[in-house]
Amino acid sequence: MFKTYKKLWLVLSLFIVLSPLGLLATGTAFGEWGSDELIDEVGFIPAGLEKMADLWQHAPMPDYSIQGFAATFGQSALGYIASAVVGVLLVVLIITFLSRIVKD
Amino acid sequence: MHIPDGYLSPQTAVPFVVAMVPIWGVAVKKVKENLRKREVPVLAVGAAFSFIIMMFNLPIPGGSSAHAVGAVLLAILLGPWAACIGVSVALIIQALIFGDGGILAIGANCFNMAFIMPMVGYLMYKLIKGQADAISTRGIIAAALAGYIGLNVAALFTAVEFGSQYHLFQTADGTPLYFMYPIKVAIAAMLSEHLTLAGPVEALVTALGVWFVGNSYPELVARKQAIMFNGGVADNV
Repeated sequence: MFKTYKKLWLVLSLFIVLSPLGLLATGTAFGEWGSDELIDEVGFIPAGLEKMADLWQHAPMPDYSIQGFAATFGQSALGYIASAVVGVLLVVLIITFLSRIVKD
Repeated sequence: MHIPDGYLSPQTAVPFVVAMVPIWGVAVKKVKENLRKREVPVLAVGAAFSFIIMMFNLPIPGGSSAHAVGAVLLAILLGPWAACIGVSVALIIQALIFGDGGILAIGANCFNMAFIMPMVGYLMYKLIKGQADAISTRGIIAAALAGYIGLNVAALFTAVEFGSQYHLFQTADGTPLYFMYPIKVAIAAMLSEHLTLAGPVEALVTALGVWFVGNSYPELVARKQAIMFNGGVADNV
């Protein structure tokens, strides 16, 4: 799994380490505002949106953070890296599992 | 470009989930037929790379942000259907574990970033590259343009999907129920951000990615050409 394409895994690891650079852009993407941001941005929360906004509240690492560990940039950065590691592991595991359907 | 829950009406979000089912079905079938066992690690690392590249938020002047997706790079290396599977897995993990993108909006988000983007990018790549070598100047330029166009078409689809909500779903007094800006505003905002910043970054990521993989593992870009020359089989689709 890791031996054949060692260079690709190394580059991926490098991106994981550098991921906190993504935190430097603090603005929320267009059309992705949370409820509090909607008040600032738009002035109100549309009724239909409000009903559906909290459809999923079980994300264990919301906004790529460790809950209760985002007081400083350093903490956010560590949470971001941890999220990157968790995300990469899950994606690799799922692809590997799905690949059992692939025949040589 | 990750639409959260509530920005699309259920009448819009649900059909996209339904539409993704046969798309995923075809993708699994195509990948089963075409992806070699030793390419599985490439799909795994590629999907993981797509996950990571979406975490690199780029600051947009005026307080917004955008990011590249990596879907066209996957499409060039493994074909658009494998890219569809890889990016879909990344997007579903982002929604479930990190709350990035809605649950009911998973269909629309996968449609835009895991279906439209790799398909458009792959077609553009084939069209521009022609018979040129993948790591020739023309091949690398084709990869860059394909990434740029793929991301922007995906951004346009996203803008039309949420922008249309403003016109379709309002209360009796004209207050929007879901997305709250007209479609023109949505398209202008999404395209200005992706044409100027996220698009060039996607172009760079796609071109550097093809160049790096092509130089490190020539077999990953060469095999498809061999197939093409031996009777014009639509390679790796």
